[in-house]
Amino acid sequence: MHAYANPTRFLAIARPLTPWLLGLGLALVLAGAWAGLMLVPGDYKQGDTARILYVHVPAAWLGMGGWSALAITGLVQLVWRHPLAGIAARAIAVPGMLFTALCLATGSIWGKPTWGTWWEWDGRMTSMLVLLFLYAGFLALTMEGDGQGRGGSLSRGAAIYALVGAINIPIINRSVVWWNSLHQGPSITLRGSSIDGSLLWPLGLTVLGFTLLFGAIVLMRMRRIIADNRVAARLRRLADDEGA
Amino acid sequence: MKAKHQRLILALVALAGVAGAGVLGASALRDEAAYFRTPEEVAGGHAKVGEPMRLGGMVAAGSLKRLGDGVTIRFVATDGKASVPVEFTGIVPDLFAEKAGMVADGRMRADGVFVADRILAKHDERYMPPQMGDMPKDMKAAAGG
Repeated sequence: MHAYANPTRFLAIARPLTPWLLGLGLALVLAGAWAGLMLVPGDYKQGDTARILYVHVPAAWLGMGGWSALAITGLVQLVWRHPLAGIAARAIAVPGMLFTALCLATGSIWGKPTWGTWWEWDGRMTSMLVLLFLYAGFLALTMEGDGQGRGGSLSRGAAIYALVGAINIPIINRSVVWWNSLHQGPSITLRGSSIDGSLLWPLGLTVLGFTLLFGAIVLMRMRRIIADNRVAARLRRLADDEGA
Repeated sequence: MKAKHQRLILALVALAGVAGAGVLGASALRDEAAYFRTPEEVAGGHAKVGEPMRLGGMVAAGSLKRLGDGVTIRFVATDGKASVPVEFTGIVPDLFAEKAGMVADGRMRADGVFVADRILAKHDERYMPPQMGDMPKDMKAAAGG
């Protein structure tokens, strides 16, 4: 793993991988959106309203998956001090927060015509809002240094914060099981799916597509941070040479 | 032992501690974080007359009636173990129907009727095409629904 501590080796993989993730992700999202909106029938009870799940579910998955990845980078930073951990953490936090916001927004838009409310403080919605605030806190913690070449490192506090914040992920996941909630229970479990197969397959496309897009965004942001660091290092060297 | 291994063990122990604290906290909240009370809880004495609360349950089949004034409805909320009669004046969401879930804000009246001032519809986790929604349950199971 430490072979990729060298940014050149990491970039040799990340550079060609980025356009593939981006292109394939976009194609899958467009195909899934088209299938979800045009090809499959509406839900027996909610009609066309339920089609928003083709965006809502991937957004929820990436908001939560994003923090899980953030927690892993925190652990890697704390234990192995891997130089890419901090770069990856900063790269993950912004898209993770955006997808969490997208999940909350689409959920709210979905809730009004079905439940009859934009927002309720039930367990699922509250814990998801807490995730949004956790992301905001992480961004605030790691903001200084961004764009000034110090974006590579992750402070011990930020790494611990990422790890401790992960406790919210199982709480979001279990919130509709542990507590009475307005949000319905899980549709897709280990035992199978209560979304009928004829409505389920476009969801597979959008989940995979948005995940690849997320990966592409993370790689692009990591490359930008590495480039920033190199520029800053070169400027420092130039300044030192002139000073000498 | 290498410093790396020490850090790993420390991180894992700390993580287990935090996870334990989280689980304890969540289970302590089990009652408080509930979004609504069930009819069973109401029957078990959880509801005081006149105190604002939220009641959630299924609208019992055949129980939904509109009163003479045209805007007040009455129905029975049930969870299969207990039932509570509910009265509501106003507009309900489109998905509100018999044999479907609902959540009502309101308070118990002295005569045992729950007077709601707002009703939300709850839907379940099943999604299927319209033609399958009309099928009886056993046929849905056979069709994999």
